[in-house]
Amino acid sequence: MSTANSSSNPSADVIKLADLVASASLPPTDGYVMSDEERHEIEECLHHYDDNRAASIDALKIVQKKHGWVPDGAIAEIGKAIGIPAADVEGVATFYNLIFRRPVGRNVIKICDSISCYLTGYDEVRNAISAHLRINLGQTTPDNRFTLLPICCLGACDKGPVAMINDDTHGNLSPDTIPALLEQYK
Amino acid sequence: MTADLSETKPLTARIVAGRAPLNLKEYEAAGGYRAVRKALKELTPADVTKAVKDANLRGRGGAGFPTGVKWGLVPSLEKAPGSRYLVCNADEMEPGTFKDRLLMESDPHQLVEAMIVAGYAIQATRSYIFLRGEYVTAAKHLNAAIAEAQSAGYLGRDILGSGWSMDLHVHTGAGRYICGEETALINSLEGRRANPRAKPPFPAIAGLWGRPTVVNNVESLCNVPHIVNNGSAWFLGLNQGKSKDGGTKLYGCSGRAKRTGIWELPIGTSAREILEEHAGGMKDGLKLKAWLPGGASTDFLMPEHLDLAMDFDTIAKAGSRMGTGLLTVVDDRQNMVSVVRNLEDFFARESCGWCTPCRDGLPWTYKTLVAMEKGEGRPGDIEQLEKMTRFLAPGRPFCAHAPGAMEPLQSALKFFRGEFEATIKKIDQTTAAHAAA
Repeated sequence: MSTANSSSNPSADVIKLADLVASASLPPTDGYVMSDEERHEIEECLHHYDDNRAASIDALKIVQKKHGWVPDGAIAEIGKAIGIPAADVEGVATFYNLIFRRPVGRNVIKICDSISCYLTGYDEVRNAISAHLRINLGQTTPDNRFTLLPICCLGACDKGPVAMINDDTHGNLSPDTIPALLEQYK
Repeated sequence: MTADLSETKPLTARIVAGRAPLNLKEYEAAGGYRAVRKALKELTPADVTKAVKDANLRGRGGAGFPTGVKWGLVPSLEKAPGSRYLVCNADEMEPGTFKDRLLMESDPHQLVEAMIVAGYAIQATRSYIFLRGEYVTAAKHLNAAIAEAQSAGYLGRDILGSGWSMDLHVHTGAGRYICGEETALINSLEGRRANPRAKPPFPAIAGLWGRPTVVNNVESLCNVPHIVNNGSAWFLGLNQGKSKDGGTKLYGCSGRAKRTGIWELPIGTSAREILEEHAGGMKDGLKLKAWLPGGASTDFLMPEHLDLAMDFDTIAKAGSRMGTGLLTVVDDRQNMVSVVRNLEDFFARESCGWCTPCRDGLPWTYKTLVAMEKGEGRPGDIEQLEKMTRFLAPGRPFCAHAPGAMEPLQSALKFFRGEFEATIKKIDQTTAAHAAA
């Protein structure tokens, strides 16, 4: 990205550090406007705790529920809403794997790769999903329909291999049933 | 039928596969909330704690710490007036463990009642169920149960006219295994990164928001109403003489067994009975190679250990831990280097990154195993892995995460050293072939 910027600048014989920093700086945060509904939901959460900071994870989830992920600008807005520094919100957002700091597809597949599912055929199921959607773990299909993510033990080990698609848990998966299962999610 | 079951299988007596959980009226008709009434009207908080101590209920989250003793560590109201908290650890994420999900999805009122009785025992002002975010159905059922309990006066202000008030809130997490560690859980509940805290001070003294806090596992708590209703002697007797510990235990089996599942049995039931009678043995054509007694962070045991009683002390004597008590069986078609690689991948990914030994040691362990799995193990790799088990032994890293990760590794190296050595010999032969050419 910085290469493109410097080559588009005709007088950029010398690359200035300040230019690099500017080109790599965070996207403008004023792009994000928190809706009244989001703000209201976050305020509701505050009642459950003896300290507002505790609502940080709830707040991130509220924003994610609306957008599918947590856009950069929302971080500072959440900080303001609950009264903690934006850096702390970002620290929390980047720690927890169910908070997405990058856009994801309309449907998120979380496939369990822990021991019981591994023993009962995780590799085959993951390969079948990857082959069907032509994406690997951590990727999103070009039509934005699916994102495939690994997840640790989903607590349904007696039904391994297991995966969650959005809020639905599917057990006893096999490579043969994958295409029909994925068809249910548009 | 139900009456009989509640005598021998109190935790699951009200659970019927495929049926919606009991609502408040049905739950009360089946004897529910009797323990709340009895505790609040007839017993002092100290009486409740004593009953749980006498019942020798040991923590079902894996560590086996006596639940009543944990409650007893909370300072008295005179010494520490003000807020205090009860937190239910419902962050079930130990690979191979699927018991708390059943209790919460299928009988949510049981856990709500347990929270009220336990909250009364420590005189909690607020209580939380820290539920992992993926348990969507459990969250729905628990929230419905809490709303019913609230409107019936079992939660909120001046519960049943006792003068004691407590709220209960389901806090859903956003992932990360480390949240199951009780001090990391407290940090997470406070809205921080889930890094563990130094102990002491223990949460009973300074936990959530620096206040006295008790963190108990779902299954541990669910036993409490039954102890209050039926007494400590009854609870101890549930083990049918199979163990020193009291009560029943949710045992289970996953992996390539015939009928994987979960069963409530007397604590101290043998692993052989669980695998062979309840799970129907291994699938046709497969033999048992090794088994994890209770989750990824327990040492492997061998087929010759199957007759051991599944309780905390017996399994510890055999060099492992009962952990959560749900068996993961490894069949003879599996290569142990690959199995351990899978386990260490999990632990490396789930390290919170707080302390160096864990943050760096686990990925190193994982990468070494990946190389070995490809047949690219180098001389010294096994010794390096053994060194890891010592560097990451209990007390070296900040919390129990990395020591837990070393348990399956050290036992696999002990029982299946040949399979690890085989990955290294291949390289030697290649080198030798090169040298010869």
